[in-house]
Amino acid sequence: MQWETVIGLEIHAQLATKSKIFSAASTAFGAAPNTQACAVDLGLPGVLPVLNVEAVNMAIKFGVAIGAEIGRESVFARKNYFYPDLPKGYQISQFELPIVGKGEISISPEEGVHRVIGVTRAHLEEDAGKSLHDQFPKQTGIDLNRAGTPLLEIVSEPDLRSAKEAVAYARKIHALVQFLNICDGNMQEGSFRCDANVSVRPMGQTALGTRAEIKNINSFRFLERAINYEIERQVDLIEDGGRVVQETRLYDADKNETRSMRSKEEANDYRYFPDPDLLPVRVTDADIEAIRASLPELPEQKRQRYVEQLNLTDYNAELLSGSREIADYFETALAAAPELSSLLSNWILGDLTGALNKSEKSFTDSPVTPELLIGLLRRIADDTISGKIAKEVFEAMWNAEGNADEIIERKGLKQITDSGAIEKLIDDVIAKNPDQVQQFREGKEKVLGFFVGQIMQQSKGKANPGQVNQLLRAKLKP
Amino acid sequence: MSLKPEDVKNIAHLARLAISDDSISDYARDLSSILDLVEQMNQVNTDHVQPMAHPMDAQQRLRPDAVTEINQREKFQSIAPDVDSGLYRVPKVIE
Repeated sequence: MQWETVIGLEIHAQLATKSKIFSAASTAFGAAPNTQACAVDLGLPGVLPVLNVEAVNMAIKFGVAIGAEIGRESVFARKNYFYPDLPKGYQISQFELPIVGKGEISISPEEGVHRVIGVTRAHLEEDAGKSLHDQFPKQTGIDLNRAGTPLLEIVSEPDLRSAKEAVAYARKIHALVQFLNICDGNMQEGSFRCDANVSVRPMGQTALGTRAEIKNINSFRFLERAINYEIERQVDLIEDGGRVVQETRLYDADKNETRSMRSKEEANDYRYFPDPDLLPVRVTDADIEAIRASLPELPEQKRQRYVEQLNLTDYNAELLSGSREIADYFETALAAAPELSSLLSNWILGDLTGALNKSEKSFTDSPVTPELLIGLLRRIADDTISGKIAKEVFEAMWNAEGNADEIIERKGLKQITDSGAIEKLIDDVIAKNPDQVQQFREGKEKVLGFFVGQIMQQSKGKANPGQVNQLLRAKLKP
Repeated sequence: MSLKPEDVKNIAHLARLAISDDSISDYARDLSSILDLVEQMNQVNTDHVQPMAHPMDAQQRLRPDAVTEINQREKFQSIAPDVDSGLYRVPKVIE
């Protein structure tokens, strides 16, 4: 039987505010346990939550960026459940009236393919603390520094049809929240988390199959693997006569499998109700328009500008606008030398990306800074060095041996463009290889490559290849 | 609407309330009569009435995003039953 996969994602983006959503404690990552957990975060009696204006503004920014309807009146609700990382016994979230309504995001899961994915809603809520299960043999340690950190939960429609599409969607949201400056996107630190609702159904069926929710996914690679594992598990189960049960499953990256999470609370019965401690949040048209006007250039607009104004290819433009990091790198370098846009885009997407991937570094901590790279490209553009030598200089810059000019000078890599010197090299090679000269004159064009190779070798790669070709042809003419 | 003893037990469990077995029937009767009242209110036509989230006709005041809380861990932890290495300790929770 042919199966169709249906996936919806719930993404939790930690909003980049300085203080928490309902208290004035710091949200900074990595502090000593419980040093950033105040009376409100601890749920002590008598405290009241007071909403952070920036959390609201950031949520609206996201909503405006995906063309969503912004809730003019949104309401906070209590989601009740008992767990020690949530001392109040409930999480303040939004239920019936979220701040961000229906919107959409266009994704490009592969070159040339475009799909529009619906965003059902996005709502504000507070994060829970952290449970440390391995710290003590018989107890669980609780660190409430994270409790109360603002989250934007972004819920997609079940529009995604493969793990690949799910990853493309998650990456798009990840890039967007960073461009908007509302989330740092750090997946290792848990600032951006994905849960996937996965179900399968026979191809052509409209009713949805029973879904499993996969949690604990902290990278895009794992998101793809976890979904693919889960699809296979569900199809095997059904084909063997079994039934998928609705449950939460945890992804285990080491074993590459999902497994049922035994929950102490058997049924999820959250008993949502409006939080009496918080009044409705009203947002006016003027608020929304002010935020719209303050939005930075978004990835889609960047992509278009790169194609239309810089004449980059569609593909390069898509990649260079694909994340805040790479776009910032590109634009910093570009500002120094706008005329080199095409050469620059090729180097960023080629040698630089390759080197960064190999050493698992990001654009922000690249040893070759935008300034250094532009210094190198200038020397290619003005014919000081060839593209081949440039790779050698790039490697030296990567190893912190200085800037391009210093390296070219120190290593004597300057291209030989003096035609007298090149002619001398050509003459030597011709004199040493009379047989090949004969062959060329008899019409064997291929021999030209042999001569160029010899000459470049003699010049240690420094002869200008264009000039070599031109002068060589002239000299080989009978 | 009348609640069964199992419903009462489940509600008490979800709210982490300890209730004695011999009081269950009392709770079932009391809670059921509240639900009956709600059922009675359901008879009223509210098609053109906006649901109300809060009885006050006011909107949420917002707070500027500034950190003003200082670290008071020692104070907070002095009233906690069990702490170690800065962590609050609770009975083992295993997922």
